[in-house]
Amino acid sequence: MTNNLRVKSSKFIDETYKISFKFNGTTYYGYKGDTLASALLASGIHLVGRSFKYHRPRGIMTAGSEEPNAIVQLHINTSRTEPNVRATEIEIYEGLEASSQNCWPSVNFDIGGINNFLSPILPAGFYYKTFMWPASFWEKYEYFIRKSAGLGRSPIEPDPDIYEHRYIHCDVLVIGAGISGIIAAKTAAKNGFKTLLIDEKSYLGGSTIYQNSEHFKINNQISSSWLEKEINEIKKIKNLEIKTRTSVAAFHGYNFLLARENLTDHLPLNQRNNKIRQRLLKIRSKKVINATGSLERPLIFDNNDRPGILLSSAIDKYSNFYGVACGEKNVLFTNNDSAYETAINLNQKGIKVEAVIDNREEVDSKLIKEVENNNIRVYKGYTVVNTSGYKRIKKVSIMKLSLDGQKIIGSKIYINCDCLGISGGWTPAVHLFTQSGGKLKFREEDQVFIPNKSFSDQISIGSCNGDFTLDEILSSVPKILKEFLNIKKSDFENLEVHSSFNKSKRNIWLLPSDKVIGKTKPFVDYQNDATAKDIKLALREGFRSIEHVKRYTTTGMGTDQGKLGNMHALGIISETAGSKMGELGTTTFRPPYTPLTFGTIVGRNVGKYFDIFRKTPIHDWHVENNAEFENVGQWKRAWYYPKNQENMHDAVQRESKAARDGAGILDASTLGKIDIQGTDASEFLNRVYTNAWSKLAIGKCRYGLMLNEDGMVYDDGVTTRLDENHYIMTTTTGGAATVLGKLEDYLQTEWPELDVYLTSVTDHYATISVCGPDSKKIISKVIPDLDLSNKSFPHMSFKNSKIDKIKCRVMRISFTGEHSYEINIQANYGKSVWQRCMEMGKEFNITPYGTETMHLLRAEKGFIIVGQDTDATMTPIDLQMDWIVSKKKYDFIGKRSLYRSDTIKENRKQLIGLLTENPDEVLEEGAQIVADINKSPVEMLGHVTSSYYSPNLKKSIALGVVRGGKSMIGQKLIIPMENKQINVTVADPVFLDKENKRLNA
Amino acid sequence: MFLIDCPYCGEREQSEFKAGGEAHIVRPKQPTELSDDEWAEYLFMRKNIKGIQFERWIHIHGCRKWFNVARDTSNDVIKVVYKMGEKPPTI
Repeated sequence: MTNNLRVKSSKFIDETYKISFKFNGTTYYGYKGDTLASALLASGIHLVGRSFKYHRPRGIMTAGSEEPNAIVQLHINTSRTEPNVRATEIEIYEGLEASSQNCWPSVNFDIGGINNFLSPILPAGFYYKTFMWPASFWEKYEYFIRKSAGLGRSPIEPDPDIYEHRYIHCDVLVIGAGISGIIAAKTAAKNGFKTLLIDEKSYLGGSTIYQNSEHFKINNQISSSWLEKEINEIKKIKNLEIKTRTSVAAFHGYNFLLARENLTDHLPLNQRNNKIRQRLLKIRSKKVINATGSLERPLIFDNNDRPGILLSSAIDKYSNFYGVACGEKNVLFTNNDSAYETAINLNQKGIKVEAVIDNREEVDSKLIKEVENNNIRVYKGYTVVNTSGYKRIKKVSIMKLSLDGQKIIGSKIYINCDCLGISGGWTPAVHLFTQSGGKLKFREEDQVFIPNKSFSDQISIGSCNGDFTLDEILSSVPKILKEFLNIKKSDFENLEVHSSFNKSKRNIWLLPSDKVIGKTKPFVDYQNDATAKDIKLALREGFRSIEHVKRYTTTGMGTDQGKLGNMHALGIISETAGSKMGELGTTTFRPPYTPLTFGTIVGRNVGKYFDIFRKTPIHDWHVENNAEFENVGQWKRAWYYPKNQENMHDAVQRESKAARDGAGILDASTLGKIDIQGTDASEFLNRVYTNAWSKLAIGKCRYGLMLNEDGMVYDDGVTTRLDENHYIMTTTTGGAATVLGKLEDYLQTEWPELDVYLTSVTDHYATISVCGPDSKKIISKVIPDLDLSNKSFPHMSFKNSKIDKIKCRVMRISFTGEHSYEINIQANYGKSVWQRCMEMGKEFNITPYGTETMHLLRAEKGFIIVGQDTDATMTPIDLQMDWIVSKKKYDFIGKRSLYRSDTIKENRKQLIGLLTENPDEVLEEGAQIVADINKSPVEMLGHVTSSYYSPNLKKSIALGVVRGGKSMIGQKLIIPMENKQINVTVADPVFLDKENKRLNA
Repeated sequence: MFLIDCPYCGEREQSEFKAGGEAHIVRPKQPTELSDDEWAEYLFMRKNIKGIQFERWIHIHGCRKWFNVARDTSNDVIKVVYKMGEKPPTI
């Protein structure tokens, strides 16, 4: 084979700009403008990969984003590596390194190729059927299946590139810059619409732009020349933005679209630094015009997948656009006129066409006549029955078709070739249209699905609307645009169009063979190796829904989503099952149209920006003092403060002991704070909390429990009455936003008559909690003017005060069971007040503690944490908190549900304490609790919800929920672990200071 | 993503809103008078129809106001947006 298959200079290729690249380790050359595929073809290389299941040699099949076979790995073993990239889309650049996938040790000699010979025992559903038995063997099978699963290798290093997201708003979005898209964009922009034109390719003009045939003319100019002038004109229009190398990935409802703009992938590696690689465009357009074109269909016959078999339109593009001959002895196989355009083009460039095989009988077509006049043999009414050549096609065998197209007759004719172009007609690219919720209809005469109804303001034009030929496009597009854009006239009406294309087509979904189907391999989905045989097997085994057949055979489930063969799969199903295509429908087209990188999807939201977090005003102090943090909702909360290489356990033990023996200090700023004002504020609280609020005196605090209407505990916290009609409510850290939403819901929808106003003030205040026997001494130093006597400032009350000149609110409330104070001060003073507390508390060994110690201390007191000890199935009664449920109130949220038949059951899971037989044994949170492990199946009674080692009690303590637990105090239960059983005794959930002496100490 | 025409702020993107389920389910004035079945009807039973559904939305990242929406659940087209307390439109 010669090494240069460049046949003719092309204006799209810059032959003065030579580029070297590596494929499978060997250096090759191409020119600026080449894709990896065209550069490889120019070097005579067709074999680029191996198929997924049978490891069959595969070559380049298309010249676009629909490519199923020629998918490669870029820059293997580097941080920039990317799998499954279509060689037909990669524009070559200096330094490009690509390698074949799914083959070992090499694409030329692949051990996995043995699967091809094992194929009779690897039918559809092979894995489902084989690896089911015995069930216990699954883990062994899985190891091997996982090894052979997946295509390509994912990068293991962080992505070095930068990505971003951008919003675009426009009046009209035109998707696709082929001839229809160019006409649409110009029409819209000229009529004053803010227009955006997008195309996935690097150039404008679609397939018309390299169409140089005398057979297709507009206003007496060759179609490409006419279009080129239009393109030059639209580039000057101010309210028209054009984006190339941009692929629309998704078309959602309300004309919301996502597109990926490729900015640097075509640049040499050394020119990419610090540039944005890809951009995700989030587009809102008032109107959308789909001009997405159509995809050429392959033909389905035995061994239709060999390297050297391409779509006829791809051969056409390689020769016309890239100036590359795909082969030196070409054969074309078609069911329509398209392949004759290819034949004429090749012939003009001096590329040998051995024959055209047409499954149609005599057709009156100017194109056919010209081909015949050039002494190219045309076999009419013939079909290809087989091909040969392992790594490159060598020969096709053809036979005459019967009149009904179902059988072959006569004897075989062999034709030598090194390239076979196939054309099965055209399929409108309706992917985006259907993604947006549009419905399709089936057009019987040429067997295509075309757009029908849509609920959004959009239209499909050109070949994606089923108008395939130049004359059809130019007569329909201006009319459709006029109506869609509501304009009076179009520049594109009354064009003089000349097209020699004869529209007849002989559609046969599965071409007949001289062999029984079981002995053939007519590929429908090339990437996933699904054949017509597999589809028929699925139907024989009882699958009827196309969605099921798809999943069973994996047809259309590759990275190309079956852009080429899905229609044939539907056709074969409909023929075999005897159903109509229109009634059968299609499988669901899902975004993205072509694969997106994860980088594009996340954009700038990586590293510390992956999930934004909230910091308290005291955050910096925690960082400076070595705190470890935990995430609570979106907050970063200090978890514990390790000293001198302490581990978490030691730090928490130290902090917990200090808080009970001297003083501890906690940053509680994250608790939700809702300011409640209005003349009906008391009544409102009465309705949302389970306990009574009307009689709460001004200056007093009260703990409240909030339920859902279903009676389950939803949130808790302390609310303080600041004034007659003014309260401040605290919520859990994680529940703040949902509690506010829920309260607003009732206020606005159920009780609009109440005079109540809610304001979130969580971020406005820093909250510092000082607890422990020495807390009073410390606060008296921090706020000397404040009377801290029990009489003036008892537990559960509040006082307004000042630190220096700054107003603050001090609450005497406690979540640890210790005497404690909570200072609430304007957020920006939080850190300095915290530091003052630390300074004043130094002599008392004041110890900062984090959330873990807070959890431990409250567990000693048996205080619940909503969300840890409750899980939306716990009523207050289940929590043994009957005392907080008012019997007198007529109604509150959730009240009625507390005596539904289910909630009054005695054996509901109830909160209890657990003490281990061995006081040093700490239970695992989440561990299951059982009574009898000998009876099978073992009955699960409940689980451990909180568990700690208490340094103050010097033993392990735990809270848990156990079915009927309330009446089980003193009873022994078992916690079975993986390699031991732990014996526990059910106890009262309050482990420390049940009399609350410490609160007033 | 929908565009929702908040009756207080105008047209905004769906990400600013939160759905609140079926509309026009009034909380009983006297829950304690209801049987278990009647209470369960209020608490749990929802229509979930294909077609025009009246539902509640809140402009949670905006004005924080609740309002009603008539949406065709088969194609997500929002036909009417109206304020709390207003009667459902006939569609």
